[in-house]
Amino acid sequence: MAVLAEMLSYPFIVRALIGGLCISLCASLLGVSLVLKRYSMIGDGLSHVSFGALSVAVAFGWAPLAVSIPVVVVAAVLLLRITGNGKIKSDAAIAMISAGSLAVGIIVTSLTTGMTTDVSSYMFGSILAMSREDVYLSIGLSVIVLGMFVFCYNKVFAVTFDESFAKATGVNVSAYNMIIAVLTAVTIVLGMRMMGAMLISSLVIFPALTSMRIFKSFRGVMISSGIVSVVCFFVGLVMSYLYSIPAGASVVVVNMAAFGLFFAVQLIRQRG
Amino acid sequence: MNQPLLKCEHVDFGYENYDVVKDVSMEIMPGDYLCIVGENGSGKSTLMKGLLGLLKPTGGTITVIDELKKSGIGYLPQQTPAQKDFPATVEEVVISGCLGKRGNRPFYTQAEKRIAAVNMEKLGVSGLAKSCYRDLSGGQKQRTLIARALCATDKLLILDEPITGLDPSTTQDFYHVIRSLNRREHVAVLMVSHDVQNIVTQANKILHLQQTVQFYGPVDEYRNSACGKKFLGGVD
Repeated sequence: MAVLAEMLSYPFIVRALIGGLCISLCASLLGVSLVLKRYSMIGDGLSHVSFGALSVAVAFGWAPLAVSIPVVVVAAVLLLRITGNGKIKSDAAIAMISAGSLAVGIIVTSLTTGMTTDVSSYMFGSILAMSREDVYLSIGLSVIVLGMFVFCYNKVFAVTFDESFAKATGVNVSAYNMIIAVLTAVTIVLGMRMMGAMLISSLVIFPALTSMRIFKSFRGVMISSGIVSVVCFFVGLVMSYLYSIPAGASVVVVNMAAFGLFFAVQLIRQRG
Repeated sequence: MNQPLLKCEHVDFGYENYDVVKDVSMEIMPGDYLCIVGENGSGKSTLMKGLLGLLKPTGGTITVIDELKKSGIGYLPQQTPAQKDFPATVEEVVISGCLGKRGNRPFYTQAEKRIAAVNMEKLGVSGLAKSCYRDLSGGQKQRTLIARALCATDKLLILDEPITGLDPSTTQDFYHVIRSLNRREHVAVLMVSHDVQNIVTQANKILHLQQTVQFYGPVDEYRNSACGKKFLGGVD
């Protein structure tokens, strides 16, 4: 408790906590749908695009969010389009776009500023990255994501479970896919600077996979993912403070531990 | 009442520059059991996508009665790999069939929950309502998806290669379920299938497709037609 009070006396940690909780909630809810639709790697791909966009923005002295949000949203839409056409497989498309934008980011950076702390903190995350503006944006984002998952829950289920059936019963599948892609893009851009480009995709993937070990209903998996993600983020942040380790990595490790725990419970259940 | 549920007049379907299916005219009456047969690449799946409204016709007209327009068509798609480990209860899957009728209301009503319960009962999966979809056998999955399709409409069921991956006894069981829905509940059935040998004992109408319609008519005539004889091989 004393540790917590001490932590919360630093404004930057309060910002990281509020922003991070919102982002992990959004990422985990979107993640359930993405993981089940076999788009797990989309988070990873988009974070690299975001890295490229951010490096370019930093190099030219532009506002980082104003540049990277639209770029990543476009990349997300593009990824869905490519996969929808079926001409290039989704895993290949994601690998291509992510490596490509990473390369652009590295070239632009080395030609202009060199590898500054700014850029390296984008790679591995920094707890200092959350500005006041970011926090407001993440709160807004989580309100939208929560709203969508509460009010369109049944449609999200239908689109995730069976696109062709949903289409045949008159659900606008491509609109839902688009909304999910755009929200994922924004989540990734906002979370990336704190979690790091290399680590942010874990927020999308881990909670869903963890919850799927134990829960048998879609609703159960959704709710559990949200809770698991938020708890893991909180514990990860506290650990990062206590042991002075990078917040992003610490959150990922806690998520891994949670996965291990749920996996063990699943094994015990199957035996018993 | 004797108005066709779905009617095609000289319909063409295709992608970009070429037509995969040309000049199809057919209709589905209430209570029909129509089967679309043909070789791989003959355009069966394309035609079916078109009938479902997933693909726009490049020529001709499709007329669907208003009731089906509103509710959507009961559709049993081929299972996707993603569904194999999908965490969802049978109940959740079945009730998602009601989605088409409900417009933008966010939650399911009691009435819709009852429809789902009735359809689960009809297909004998009520006992599995809380079970996880991924733990079911192939036949149980199929029954669940039929129950879902019936939630959308009890007028017309469209089935896409439904017996793929089912073992022989499950296949017979499946045909039995469909036939009893067709006879007892008067659900019109449109099935796309490879399984011609079984189909001729089940359906009452056949549409043989090879880009264009090779044969369209009652099963008995199909058995005696030139293309029917060839396709059925040894069976007389």
